[in-house]
Amino acid sequence: MARITISVNGQNRSAETEGRTLLVQFLRDGLGMTGTHIGCDTAQCGACMVLIDGRAAKSCNILAQEAAGRCVTTIEGMANPDGSLGPIQQAFRDHHGLQCGFCTPGMVMAAAALLAENPEPTEAEVRGYLEGNLCRCTGYHNIVKAVLAASGQDVSALDPALSAPG
Amino acid sequence: MYDFEFLRPDTLDEAIAALDRDDAMPVAGGQTLLPTLRQRLNAPSRLVSLTAIPGLRGIRREGDMLVIGATTSHAEVAREAGAHFPALAALAGSIGDPAVRNLGTIGGSIANNDPSACYPAAVLASAAVVVTTRREIAAADFFQGMFGTALQPGELVTALRFSIPERAAYAKFAQPASRFALVGVFVAQSGTAARVAVTGASEGGVFRWEAAETALSGDFRPEALAGLTPPATGMIDDLHGSADYRAHLVGVMTRRAVARAAA
Repeated sequence: MARITISVNGQNRSAETEGRTLLVQFLRDGLGMTGTHIGCDTAQCGACMVLIDGRAAKSCNILAQEAAGRCVTTIEGMANPDGSLGPIQQAFRDHHGLQCGFCTPGMVMAAAALLAENPEPTEAEVRGYLEGNLCRCTGYHNIVKAVLAASGQDVSALDPALSAPG
Repeated sequence: MYDFEFLRPDTLDEAIAALDRDDAMPVAGGQTLLPTLRQRLNAPSRLVSLTAIPGLRGIRREGDMLVIGATTSHAEVAREAGAHFPALAALAGSIGDPAVRNLGTIGGSIANNDPSACYPAAVLASAAVVVTTRREIAAADFFQGMFGTALQPGELVTALRFSIPERAAYAKFAQPASRFALVGVFVAQSGTAARVAVTGASEGGVFRWEAAETALSGDFRPEALAGLTPPATGMIDDLHGSADYRAHLVGVMTRRAVARAAA
């Protein structure tokens, strides 16, 4: 066992780890931060996505000790300081960008990584960037809409109900 | 996943020393290795991470060569190699998904030599040199069949040295779930010579399609390949595609790559 420290959402957090402890286990079991989900556990679904030094990574596919000393951002770090929903979370709520909600933490983190790199992505760029995030409710349309809305773009044309005449 | 000791040394010498036992394994991005360990397909007693070694990471231009450190991520190649070798940057940007590209490394990809990985095609078509802790290995000698390389136990890839072609392009028919190449073809042209390297298709791993190279030499146009398809013998035959289908795709993807490079 080795005690490691990782900056999680701006605070240094420590826990005991084995060599094989994954970052997602460090977050969920070590720190009790269960917002980051384990979906497939085979590095395919993206439900466990976090930011490491600002870049998207699947926390089930990196060892905790590899992430020691680095800066990790999780879904718990996406809310505003007063606890209200952050802009990306609010856009997911406004545009019904979730059904069961299981994939949502990963989707929000992927969206945060995308918008940091590309503040005004096209619809195709959003869909391309979300390749590593699976929504088994197949709710992609509203997720894409929410990400575009979070970037400040007008998404009314993507919503037939809103764009219908009259 | 079985437990192991994890070490993350910050010098190459320490890494080499730490790997000097039978069941130690190096790891960089771990995007292939960790899923493998979790399926208990391998059980090293020690993993030695190479990611804290500063000299192994980064991209630099040396004359008409592009040198890429072994632990440079796919995302870094996609972002930073474009001004020097756009076809390589585009290939790197097409691997897996953004999260995989942020962690996965070029050295890890070629050391693993997955028969469907993208990088081996670029390395072979560009006649790149694989620089290791012990020697320099020509691409043609480095790749030795599916998951096989010339690397000896304890030998680590430190960098890739690419000769930048005059024109090049990569065309991939992606397996839609994994984003690996069902068939991927990298074409590179310099002077009158053309090189064509194919990944994803052969049971022998990445290979050069010499008939296409002959047809393209001095006539680097998709039309020069009209009617040309490699034999299906030895092509991978699985639920994603038959050997005949893959052979057909090699012809199609080579023509697309040439059209892209010549555009």
